[in-house]
Amino acid sequence: MTRATVRERESYASLARSHQPSRPALRNLAVAFVVGGAICGAGQLILDYLVARRIPFVQASSMTSTAMVIIGAFLTGIGIYDRLGAFSGMGAALPITGFANSMVSPAIEFKREGFILGVSARMFQIAGPVIVYGSVAAVIVSILRVLVFK
Amino acid sequence: MTLIRAFLVGGALCAIAQGVVDSTKANPAVVMVSAVCAGAVLSGLGIYGPLVKLGGAGATIPLFGFGHALVTGMIEDAERAGLFGILTGGLRATAPALTAAVVFGYLMAVLFNPKG
Amino acid sequence: MSLYRVGTSTCLFPEMPVITATGSVVGPREGQGPLGSLFDLAYRDTAAGETSWERGETRMLRQAVDIAMAKAGIADADVDFLLAGDLLNQIVSSSYAARDHDVPYLGLYGACSTMGEGLALAAFLVAGGFARNVVVCSSSHHDTAERQYRYPTEFGYQRVPTSQWTVTAAGAAVVGLSGRGPRIEAATVGRVQDFGVSDANDMGSAMAPAFADTVWRHLQDMSRKPEDYDIIFSGDLGRVGSAIADDLLGKKGLDIKALHRDTALMIYEMKPEVSSGASGCGCAASVFAAKIWADLASGALRRALLVPTGALHSPITCQQGESIPCVAHAVSLVGEGSRHTGEVRQ
Repeated sequence: MTRATVRERESYASLARSHQPSRPALRNLAVAFVVGGAICGAGQLILDYLVARRIPFVQASSMTSTAMVIIGAFLTGIGIYDRLGAFSGMGAALPITGFANSMVSPAIEFKREGFILGVSARMFQIAGPVIVYGSVAAVIVSILRVLVFK
Repeated sequence: MTLIRAFLVGGALCAIAQGVVDSTKANPAVVMVSAVCAGAVLSGLGIYGPLVKLGGAGATIPLFGFGHALVTGMIEDAERAGLFGILTGGLRATAPALTAAVVFGYLMAVLFNPKG
Repeated sequence: MSLYRVGTSTCLFPEMPVITATGSVVGPREGQGPLGSLFDLAYRDTAAGETSWERGETRMLRQAVDIAMAKAGIADADVDFLLAGDLLNQIVSSSYAARDHDVPYLGLYGACSTMGEGLALAAFLVAGGFARNVVVCSSSHHDTAERQYRYPTEFGYQRVPTSQWTVTAAGAAVVGLSGRGPRIEAATVGRVQDFGVSDANDMGSAMAPAFADTVWRHLQDMSRKPEDYDIIFSGDLGRVGSAIADDLLGKKGLDIKALHRDTALMIYEMKPEVSSGASGCGCAASVFAAKIWADLASGALRRALLVPTGALHSPITCQQGESIPCVAHAVSLVGEGSRHTGEVRQ
């Protein structure tokens, strides 16, 4: 039984699957929708306020994102955001508050390893891929778009 | 009204991401990366812009919006300064959020300890 | 020279080593669980008053050892070996706890199977005439495990139904030549099993084959049936792993369902965030120390099989797409005052 053959692994996989509980997909969809919507709604309140103050939309949008980052950072600091994420999954992870959480949580976590080698080195542990892939994808898309529309 | 649209659009985008996580059993980081890339692609295709007009913060706050902001910034700078603008525009457009994340991340680490 | 082996994998002890005392130290969630009052010490603070979780885990492990030794009435000079293991890289909890004792030290790594590995090795050392007393211990800590194996503790990620909650707990036992207490009659050291499960959020599925293989081999070697034991304890299979394991053994003609208890399902109330159950070296160690040993000592259990199972992956192997190899070790325990003499039907 030690070095299982491919057939043994396949038949084991289906046996295991028969005992694995399925994820509560509908519940997760509903909760992600409500929580994600609420977080975006909060952002919209900020955006509307800034626009009403005659700030141009693009700048207001940028300021709103920044505000949401700060809120996400604070909620992570006080230890609430992890529970929100456990409860609502993508409803908390997808908004930019979740991006902030993914940077602030390792920063706080590795404080015991020092500010330089801990906090600072680990800050981009989870968010790094988002920035890398975002930049690579955006560069490719932008080059194509500029060349196509020349 | 803008509030309701933001709630619906934002909620829908989060629900879509959640559906992908649950059906593919993917790592959350993988889904976040896919969302940024998808946002960039939809932006280039001219689809995400109208979605922002429709949903406001409901479209800009989710990570798809981050990809859109990167592309929008890059194209803006490219229109002004040629292809080199593609290198300047992305981080320029997202600089406030990123800088805030870094600085406030550091500040939170100074002020708070992890609670487990 | 005599060879005290039966079958393919099992060692028998004609003079059965005695487990004279145990110690258990746990964190807040474990202290509030169904076995809460049975643990020797339950902290309300996950860092046990220390400045980091790692230091807290080391402290809990050291205290479990101290409590066990105090109950056994022995000091460092009476202990010939200290066997210890945990989940952290370089098993630091164990080494740093060991530095406070002037005792020959052997570090172990078996993930959740560590207590089984330790008890088996302790029995070999004592029954082989190499030790008067051996202290065996193991620990795990929810937060040190999370930050090493998974994500920062403040990161908002959603758990899935197959995932398990690493316990914050330490357990220790004193195994000796003489004295009163439950005895170790046999030990079966397991073989690594890998059936291709690569989902680190579903360790139960990865571990079940190892448990099933070791239990089957043990029963074959000892010419016994499951009913020869009052209870067969698995360590940390969780709900999913336990169901799969019962199924696997059922297919081999061994029905253990009625006799099977899993330490991962004993230590917590099964709330949603615990998903499939507990995990971590400290689970089998502390549940054994507080509950199983006590039941054997009081006569509530006459003969039990303890089979902790460990998942032997690392974050890097998972990132490289490797599947998760597992191992399970079985230790057959007889209660004090039990009429069982360790006979094996030939």
